[in-house]
Parts: sequence; C-alpha cells; structure tokens
Amino acid sequence: MSELNVVETRPPGVNAESAPRPERPPYVVIQPARGWHLMAWRELWSYRDLLWLLAGRDVKLRYKQTALGLIWVVLQPLVAALIFAVIFGHFGKLPSDGSPYVLFVFAGLMPWNYFAGALQRAGNSLVVDSNLIRRVYFPREILPLASTAAMLIDFAVTLAVFFALMLIYQVPLTWRLLALPAFLLLTTIMALGASLWLSALNVQYRDFMYALPFLLQVWMYASPVVYATSIIPKAWQGLFSLNPAVGFIEGFRWSLLGTGTLDLTMLFAACVVGLLTLVSGAYVFRRIERTFADVL
Amino acid sequence: MSGVAIRVEGLGKKYRLVHRSLRNYRTLQEDLLGLPRRVWSAARGLGAQPETFWALKDVSFEVSEGQVLGIVGRNGAGKSTLLKILSRITDPTLGRAQIYGRVGSLLEVGTGFHAELTGRENTFLSGAILGMRHSEIQRRFDEIVAFAEVEKFLDTPVKHYSSGMYMRLAFSVAAHLDPEILLVDEVLAVGDAAFQRKCLGKIQEVAKGGRTVLFVSHNLNAIEELCQAALLLEAGQLRLLDRDVRLVLKRYLFGEQQTSNAAEWHNSGTEHRNPWFQPMRFVIADQHGQRHSLPLSNSDEFYVQVEADVSQPYPALHVGYAIYAEDGTLLYWSFQTDVPEPDWPTLHVGRCVLRCRVPAHLLNEGTYRLELLASLHFRKWLLEPGVNAPQVSLIIRGGLSDSPSWMAKRPGLLAPVSPWTVIR
Repeated sequence: MSELNVVETRPPGVNAESAPRPERPPYVVIQPARGWHLMAWRELWSYRDLLWLLAGRDVKLRYKQTALGLIWVVLQPLVAALIFAVIFGHFGKLPSDGSPYVLFVFAGLMPWNYFAGALQRAGNSLVVDSNLIRRVYFPREILPLASTAAMLIDFAVTLAVFFALMLIYQVPLTWRLLALPAFLLLTTIMALGASLWLSALNVQYRDFMYALPFLLQVWMYASPVVYATSIIPKAWQGLFSLNPAVGFIEGFRWSLLGTGTLDLTMLFAACVVGLLTLVSGAYVFRRIERTFADVL
Repeated sequence: MSGVAIRVEGLGKKYRLVHRSLRNYRTLQEDLLGLPRRVWSAARGLGAQPETFWALKDVSFEVSEGQVLGIVGRNGAGKSTLLKILSRITDPTLGRAQIYGRVGSLLEVGTGFHAELTGRENTFLSGAILGMRHSEIQRRFDEIVAFAEVEKFLDTPVKHYSSGMYMRLAFSVAAHLDPEILLVDEVLAVGDAAFQRKCLGKIQEVAKGGRTVLFVSHNLNAIEELCQAALLLEAGQLRLLDRDVRLVLKRYLFGEQQTSNAAEWHNSGTEHRNPWFQPMRFVIADQHGQRHSLPLSNSDEFYVQVEADVSQPYPALHVGYAIYAEDGTLLYWSFQTDVPEPDWPTLHVGRCVLRCRVPAHLLNEGTYRLELLASLHFRKWLLEPGVNAPQVSLIIRGGLSDSPSWMAKRPGLLAPVSPWTVIR
C-alpha cells in the first residue's frame, strides 16, 4: 500500500526532462511515499485554531440538551467516589494511607477518568467525524488531539471540586502540588499515545471500540484507583508496577494529598512507557492515515 | 505572470474492489480467521489477488495560474477522485502532483456543520475545518453573514434553519475562504435556482480575481460559462484537454464516434447482463425498423427502437429513453408505462422489439443525445441515466416547417408546429 507524502515548501529538485519551471518552489508535492514519517509538527501547529474549536465543540455538544449541563462532570466522579469510599473504606476497611477515603478515591479517579475518557472519545473520534475526513484535508491527528483536549476541560472542573473537598475535609495542600502539572503531562502523553494507536486501528477494525469499555474496566481494577498500592502483597508489587497507569495515579495522590512516597523507578518506567506509546502511536497513525479516507 | 498553478504527472489511483459486503472496514475476526487461508494460498503462490480497478490512470496535465478549468466526465470517470487527490484527502497510488499555492476545496457544502451548534459557532468551526485561521474568519465574519443573509439567526442552532438558510451560510463560509487555488465539486447541484445563480456568481468572481479554479460539474452550461479550458475524463483516463470548451463538451456528450453510426448502439452480448431486460440494440429507426441515416429532417417522424432479450418478465419493468440537447439539458423522459396500466405494452420471453414514435415537427434543428433507460420500478436501475445507459445521437437539420417565415433554425429547444385558430 502506498501513501501520500506531503512535503511542504521544498523545491522539486533538478529534473532534467522538465519544461521551464516556475521560480518558486511548489507549495505542496503530492505523491505516493514509502516508509515512516513522524507527525508534521509545523503543519499541526498551523491548524491549532481548529484544535481548540473542535475541542470546544465536543464540550458544548456533550452537555447541550441536558438540564444539569456541567454539573454532570462534577456529579459523576463525586458519586462514584462516595460509593467506593463507603464500600471499600467503610465496609471493607481498606487502608487509605491516612487520608479520608473519599479524597483518596477522588484523587485516583480524576486522572483515571481523564485517561479513560480520552481513550474512549479519541478512539472513536475518526469514525465519528468520518464525514470530515472524506471531504476536507487537515492533519488527521487533530481529531484525537481535540477529543483529549476536551477531556482536559472536564478534568479542570473536577480538579476544582477536589480542592473544594480538601477544604471541607481540612486537608492542607503541600509544596508537592507544584509537581501536579508534570503528572498531568505524563497522563496526557499516555492518553495521547494510546489514543493515536486506538483511533487509527479503530478505523480498520471496529472491534476495538467494543473491546475498550471492558478492557478499561479490567484495567481500572488492576490499577490503584479505588485502593492503595500498599494492599498489594510484596510478591506482586513488581508485576503490579509494570502497569503504566500506576505511575500517574500514584503521582497524583502523592502531589495532591501529600501522603506516601514516590517510587522513582516506577515513575521513570511510566515515563518511558508513555513516551514510547506516544512516539509509536504517532508513527502508526501516520502510517495508516493515508488510507483513512478510502476506508471510512 | 502566468506561472503554473498545478502540475499533475502520471497520477493514478487504484482501489480494491470489496465484494464481501457494502461496508469497507474490516473486523479483526474476519482477518484472523482468514489468515490461515491467505497464508496457505500465498505459500502456494496462487494468492487470491484482490480485484482492483484504477479510478484514475496516468493522468497528466498542467493548469496555469488564474485559469478556470472545467472537468467533465460521466459518473465514475474519476473526476471526484482527481479532486480528492489534489485536495490531499486521499493519496495517489502512482505519479505526483505539484501545487503552487494554498488550496481550498469545496467538495461539499456544509462540511463540518453541526446541527446543534449555532450559526455563529458553525461559521467559525466550518471555516477552521476548511483551513482558515480564526483571525481570518473574524475579519470576514460580517461579510460571510451578509452574503448568507442570516444575520437575525446567528445565535440559533442551525437545526432550526430552513434548508435554504443552511445552504447559504454553508456556501458563504466556503466562498470566503481565500485560497490561491480553488477546487469545486458539484456544489451547484444543491439548492434552488436563485441559490445556484448566486453560487455561480461567486465562483465567477473568484475566477475573475485571478484565482485558479478547478471546477467539476454536470451542469454543462455552467462549465461553458465559467471555464477557459475543459478536461474530459473517461474511465479514469484523460481523453481530451483543450481551450475550446465547446469542443470538449461535444466530445463528452457525443463521444468520438461519427454521425453515421452514432444513430445505433449494439450490445456485444456481454454488456448489461440481466434476466429482465438485456438491451441488444438501440437505434433511431424509420417506420420499417431500419436505421435512419442522419441528419434527419425536422419534418421526418422517427422511431426510438429498442431490441432486448427477456428471460424473466418483470411486471413493473419500465423501459424508456431520455433525450438531451447539445448543452446537456434534459428535454424529457418517455417510458412505455406512461399510459394507464392496462395499456402498457407487455414484454414476452425472448427477443422483444419495442419502439416509440417521435412526431415530426417537435425537435428543433441541432444535435441530440438519447439514452436508453430501464428500471425495475422502485427497486433498481438496470440502465441508469448518466451512469450506464447506452446512448445514441440524433441530428436534425432542415424541414422546420412549411411556413415561408421559418426556414432557418428557430430560437428555443423545441420547434413544434402547433395549430393556431382565431376563436373570436
């Protein structure tokens, strides 16, 4: 299968058989290409307005015909956190590293919901907007990127709720909060990498969108979202930390609640896995991208 | 300052034919289950080659800056594929295209519009999707809205718009995108006559402004009016490119065949195979069933005659013809089922010969194209106009009427001689 290679503002080179060529180089050259290409960053940057508009559209549309609107963003994790706190904290008497269980769960749910939501929305983004792909050119990465950006807005709202909860429970903030953006970045990198993989593959195989909710549920219980890493037996800790989600969830708790210690090896592993996913996702996406319009 | 705007060299696009079903995505299950079979057949060197076809094949041409080029061809000739490649929606399989300027493509009106969003939101979104910067849209916002005449409804979701308003706004956004090269596909096929005129005017304005335009349309009048050159695609290949637009249109409408045998179409036996109605011969005939030699005189009556093989009669089979003037304007359709049902001519199994009389003194002087149509009513086209209908042409010259005043061609498409009387 061949692909479209778009080389921007590059002279066509010397071509003996050519007639008199115009002075200026072509704006774009369209030709089938072989091999792998990383994202066209410069082009992506020139379409940044579209990214924000699409993200805004996602947020607007999601709560358009709802009476509660943005309150849903708050309600969902809040109720979930309460339920988990009652079942695991109150009935199950699971440890929460010294924090109120509601806060403890909420701090884990925030990055997880962001991650899982981004995966779900971005994974399906190309299929949902297939009419755009079939009719206009724009860097296709914009679609999963915009879905992820839209989830970021949800995340911001829940973060505000979290700070309100901290106020209620009178849990003080610590200097560790300064590290939060770094953990958010880590989560975003992982979400983006996985989204690029997922959205590209979903164009070819719609199975992925059916498998995903189930997979995410399993993944959530395999990650320390509703329980603490400390309840995992020592023998299993090594295997457990292979889960890249452990890194950012633990990081969030560490920086928000000021409890626990940070396992640097695990964090490093999570960063490596995140970057690998992103780079490979970008490659795969570019690779399959040229066939999107024909397959969708 | 007429440099090259677009240079296309040996462009080709191959598609895989999908027989399995109508959808074209795959499921993992199918691919995994099919894997052993594919490996096996590949190992034996018989690899079940997927059937492919070339939607576009070895197309090369140049468009100079500021030129308005019309692209014509029947459905499936590769026009849309060509525009899709040039607007980078899909990739070519072979060849390359160099494009000297920012491209705006207008392949469909309303791309990126969302029913739930307001007119204002949609304007920005659609503009951005078409490649405009936010500041650019902001600057031209008033202009866009004024052209669309939707000022009062800017903050209403477009789902509450009338279809006319929706179309106007959608087109207006696209029309105000400021590309150096504009690719337009069949946008004029939508909307009412007034809207179409407005669109045409806008495209003309863009063209006059020195921009390069590639224009695909079935509206041949529009092509003739707008374009300085035309390109004819046939079965994915470039057949003709000429500055003489009329010449290209003529070739498109009547094909290469010359007048003498154009009055007759023959089936080699393999085309249009089906049990209900396989056309074998389509001819402009005299009353004895013999092919008429062209040109006909206006005072001749003639027959549109069809011979077809029927092996399985279908009760609601419709057979007819469409007749087009030289510029592509449809004059009328006629079907054997135009009369009350008891009077329908019934077809029998075997070779049927049907004919339809066309009265003398109906058509004006000129060249006409007839398409043979057939359908299983409400089910499917067997011979669909503009798609796979066999065609013949018809030339009428002279014999307009016996009046001393009208010896030459009359104005208008038709030249019927109808009786006049004084009643008071």
